[in-house]
Amino acid sequence: MSVTEPQTPPLPTPLADSAPDKGGPAQPLLIVRDLQKYFPVRGGILGGKKAVVQAVDGVSFEVRKGETLGIVGESGCGKSTTARLLIGLLEKDSGEIIYDGQDLGGALSLRDLRRGVQMVFQDSYASLNPRLTIEDSIAFGARIQGLSDPVGRARKLMDRVGLAPDRFAQRYPHEVSGGQRQRINIARALAMSPRLVVLDEAVSALDKSVEAQVLNLLADLRREFGLTYIFISHDLNVVRYISDRILVMYLGEVVEIAPVDDIWSSQAHPYTKSLFSAMPSMDPDNRTKEPPLAGDPPNPINPPPGCRFHTRCRFVDSVCKTKVPALRPLTAGGQHMAACHLHDLGSGHKLAGKDVLS
Amino acid sequence: MTTNLVDIRNLSVRFTGARTVHAINDLTLTLQQGETLALLGESGSGKSVTLKTLLRLLPPKRTQIDGAIEVNGTDVLTLSGRKLQAYRGEEVSMVFQEPGLALDPVYTVGDQIAEAVMRHKRISKVEAISTALDMLRRVRIPSPERRLKNYPHELSGGMLQRVMIALALACRPRLLLADEPTTALDATVQIQILLLLRDLQKEFGMGVIFVTHDIGVAVEVSERIAVMYAGQIVEEGTTREIIKDPRHPYTRGLLAANLHDAARGARLNAIPGAPPALETRPDACSFAPRCPLAEDRCRAALPPVHVPNARRRVACIHANAPLAVG
Ligand SMILES: Nc1ncnc2c1ncn2[C@@H]1O[C@H](COP(=O)(O)OP(=O)(O)OP(=O)(O)O)[C@@H](O)[C@H]1O
Ligand SMILES: Nc1ncnc2c1ncn2[C@@H]1O[C@H](COP(=O)(O)OP(=O)(O)OP(=O)(O)O)[C@@H](O)[C@H]1O
Ligand code: SF4
Ligand code: SF4
Ligand SMILES: [Mg+2]
Ligand SMILES: [Mg+2]
Repeated sequence: MSVTEPQTPPLPTPLADSAPDKGGPAQPLLIVRDLQKYFPVRGGILGGKKAVVQAVDGVSFEVRKGETLGIVGESGCGKSTTARLLIGLLEKDSGEIIYDGQDLGGALSLRDLRRGVQMVFQDSYASLNPRLTIEDSIAFGARIQGLSDPVGRARKLMDRVGLAPDRFAQRYPHEVSGGQRQRINIARALAMSPRLVVLDEAVSALDKSVEAQVLNLLADLRREFGLTYIFISHDLNVVRYISDRILVMYLGEVVEIAPVDDIWSSQAHPYTKSLFSAMPSMDPDNRTKEPPLAGDPPNPINPPPGCRFHTRCRFVDSVCKTKVPALRPLTAGGQHMAACHLHDLGSGHKLAGKDVLS
Repeated sequence: MTTNLVDIRNLSVRFTGARTVHAINDLTLTLQQGETLALLGESGSGKSVTLKTLLRLLPPKRTQIDGAIEVNGTDVLTLSGRKLQAYRGEEVSMVFQEPGLALDPVYTVGDQIAEAVMRHKRISKVEAISTALDMLRRVRIPSPERRLKNYPHELSGGMLQRVMIALALACRPRLLLADEPTTALDATVQIQILLLLRDLQKEFGMGVIFVTHDIGVAVEVSERIAVMYAGQIVEEGTTREIIKDPRHPYTRGLLAANLHDAARGARLNAIPGAPPALETRPDACSFAPRCPLAEDRCRAALPPVHVPNARRRVACIHANAPLAVG
């Protein structure tokens, strides 16, 4: 895809009617510390004893104001659960969520959080009310929050996501295509003048041309109003394009986090490495023959001890099976962090510091 | 001569009601046994409607269907009652774009798969459960024994997608309709599922129509590609022909619009303009308002269909001449 104009850096001029800035520009918009969420599950085929799914286990990260953080990871690793915790849709077991300097559950009420944070859900069908027309769906939240001219807002946003208001406003969710429904959800989230938007697989049903249009819109809004995004997607090319930093999850944990160019040029965690090399080939004469990541799929009910990736890792050593690797910077004070014994000279891993990944 | 597994002739689908939508317009498409066809096309171009028509899932009161569809020699548009039931599930099954359309929130996923198998294969509950377990294992769901007892809302997006694939494959259909079945899967699981589909297709000669937006996925999974625009097939050929020698300006635009080499923060070039309203049946080239090569004759009549070889076609006046690279 070709390039037409460079983007100017985002200016933090919030939307006129969005929630006010509290902490100032240096305060991260979001700080997440040691977030944990376990779900109980029923027994196995013979009944069995009670068990839990360790969906999110000790997740920590920050999102700066005006930044876009991309989140990637294996299916079922806890991305959507993390997102639901962030918007207060699920209750966390433990950990802290600090939004613009205020602690959720402490100084910050759920209601105030919802004012500033919006989410585009992975299942576009389930998240729309089947009895509301598209125009009403988009205008609904804005109306509830007492924002001015909800219908005008709705129609303007429909236009910007490529849904001609005259043709689509009066239709119902089942009367549009999958990609059209995804765009309705994006318009609905943006209509509420949020400061932070969490987008969970929000462009996965769009063809490349419409996807480009939506990504341009997100970039425009970010530039115009200093919006902050958390962008969850399986499409690594999209994540690379939109994100400033990328966070990689595996089985409920953060295994790597880095500025996008750094992680694109060298992946520090072996899981990240296999993930990036699994992108489909674009050559019909050279299709993939072997899956790049073999081994048993991970099991969040009974995660492996030590490094959770050790059952599938090419570089596994005895230390990996017993000791949990900490998420730490690759170079002192650096922004590129990974949780793998290979990068810790003192870990006792026989390949530590040997640069085996490149 | 090989007979076609799927034979769609001059299909038109129109939604009536407050506003008319001409979703499918004179679409002709064939699929042979054991073949995988990828259906590409813009959001709203009619891919899902085509698949739903093949399964007779559209609401009869508000839909007008013209043309003919044969699947394995059966006239699909006249099926009803028990025959229609048997056709759905035994002959053909579908992986839906939205899990909500396939899975019932009040039953566990194991019960739903087992129930489908029991209904169509007339086997015992115990056998059905073991088939369900085997399918969950094959789509690489971790701890499948426990997952059988999960309700849909307890699964992640990608797990639900794999459950739908398991459900669709459990009865070993002759034809699989897969509507963007891997959008919620990460790259490592996605490639495993694509390889699984390729294996199963070889193993029991299943035909597959696979809707996707991801050209890389189409390349990995299909032998043939058909490109849709405004309810019509505008170009069709082998995967190699479409990727290496696209002839229709829309196909070219679609292939050019990929993010591989886009600089971060730079503006992306979408194909300019918007798809047509579909309020009337097209009587000229639907792509003309957005086409860099459009001429007066494109706006005057439907473009001729150029057929360079038996199963390759391009609906564009310039199809014959190699196009200037746009
Ligand atoms: N309500 C729930 N009850 C029980 N288990 C749940 C629930 N929601 C999620 N889980 C489990 O938590 C784990 C993480 O799920 P989550 O939806 O966060 O994954 P994800 O990273 O978003 O995956 P995907 O990429 O497939 O959407 C999964 O094992 C899932 O089955
Ligand atoms: N029940 C309905 N009533 C009216 N219009 C409909 C109905 N279902 C679909 N449409 C319209 O028909 C057209 C084709 O829809 P379809 O769902 O087939 O698109 P698609 O190619 O699958 O797109 P996507 O890639 O976004 O899923 C769209 O413009 C859609 O708005
Ligand atoms: S800690 Fe060990 S098992 Fe884990 S990713 Fe690093 S090398 Fe592999
Ligand atoms: S027929 Fe004309 S308008 Fe249509 S795609 Fe070809 S050149 Fe473009
Ligand atoms: Mg998810
Ligand atoms: Mg669709």
